[in-house]
Amino acid sequence: MTHVSTAKEEAASTGDLVALRSVDKHFGALHVLQDIDLTIARGEVVVVIGPSGSGKSTLCRTINRLETIDSGTITIDGKPLPEEGRQLARLRADVGMVFQSFNLFAHKTVLENVMLGQIKVRRTDKRQAEERARALLDRVGVGAQADKYPAQLSGGQQQRVAIARALAMEPKVMLFDEPTSALDPEMINEVLEVMQQLARDGMTMIVVTHEMGFARSAANRVVFMADGRIVEEAAPDQFFSNPRSDRAKDFLSKILHH
Amino acid sequence: MTVKLTVFSAVGSLVWGTLLAAMRVSPVPVMRGFGTAYVNIVRNIPLTVIIVFSSLGLANIFGVTLGAADNFAVQGFRLAVLGLVAYTAAFVCEALRSGINTVPVGQAEAARAIGLSFSQSLRLIVLPQAFRAVVGPLANVLIALTKNTTVAAAIGVAEAATLMKTMIENEAQTLAIGAVFAFGFVVLTLPVGLLLGWLGKRLAVKR
Repeated sequence: MTHVSTAKEEAASTGDLVALRSVDKHFGALHVLQDIDLTIARGEVVVVIGPSGSGKSTLCRTINRLETIDSGTITIDGKPLPEEGRQLARLRADVGMVFQSFNLFAHKTVLENVMLGQIKVRRTDKRQAEERARALLDRVGVGAQADKYPAQLSGGQQQRVAIARALAMEPKVMLFDEPTSALDPEMINEVLEVMQQLARDGMTMIVVTHEMGFARSAANRVVFMADGRIVEEAAPDQFFSNPRSDRAKDFLSKILHH
Repeated sequence: MTVKLTVFSAVGSLVWGTLLAAMRVSPVPVMRGFGTAYVNIVRNIPLTVIIVFSSLGLANIFGVTLGAADNFAVQGFRLAVLGLVAYTAAFVCEALRSGINTVPVGQAEAARAIGLSFSQSLRLIVLPQAFRAVVGPLANVLIALTKNTTVAAAIGVAEAATLMKTMIENEAQTLAIGAVFAFGFVVLTLPVGLLLGWLGKRLAVKR
């Protein structure tokens, strides 16, 4: 009996965490997502790259339903995405999201930013939430800034706070929507460092980025998108050294050769 | 009486105006429609008509006396507050809505992304920032409200304008009395404007 149940648990804990099945989406006449099939296993780090306008960000945003889809299904941990409402809010709490423009709550301090979701969504008591928030801020290296307001921090620091805010909800999966695209070059590494650490700790991550170095070193799989389609999926080594599709070859030749 | 009328109406219209603004940005079409219709109808009716309606229409025809049927002065005061709240709330709503538009979309998205419900993200994230952005315009609305209380004279509420009218009838010092009351209003409204202007600067959200 015990064997069976542990085997079952294992199957559940190694199974697919996020699954997209023939997902389609239009923005007016523009077909931004065309028949997308993608599964992400527990603990996997998937990096989505591609030219701008290829639908990468939209794909990322559909996973916690910040963008709705026209057809197809998206399931997270076996459950399909619910309609707008309490159920969806509960699901979003399990899916951490980090935005390109940080989006820290501007009228709250760094500490309050990280505590808010714990208190209002998870109903954690205040002392415990603060303890956890401070620990997370230390972990991403901005513990000393806890009582400042977001506008007083550098971009890199703000983005690390945003990561801490998402982690405070103990998410099953983290979505990163071009987390370093709005940063000055010297601040990109401090954010990537935190993400590398997360990946090493076994967090399931979906990362939309232009940082090929990060894709190479941290990803389990690279997904290359162009014109709303997934053109190629491969392990990073294989993708960067030996891309199969012409579209990917063309893209890589433009970004890697200068 | 002017001050009392202003304070009650101000509190009422801020609450009702906030609710209206929440309706106008809500995802429920019926509420959006109601909010839009309310604002567009009420703000285009002259205040005098609203006040007179709340007295003649509500009290005399529909028998709405707000629990003061036998006391004409109290009833008049309550109905005047009701009329002023109904009217001013439309302007509070529009000021707030423009404030909501100054809050970047990303703030609401981030709020939803950590699992806050629509009403939570409005209450905790969007409205607090919107309020800070519109302290200046709200000061305008409150100053207008202070002066609009004089319209309550039309239904016999003994506020400043009624008092002035009585005094002018008795004293024949039109200019002097008029100047004193005008000055009185400046004394009431100027500090409100200055205080809120200072508050607006202090509370401004830095981005």
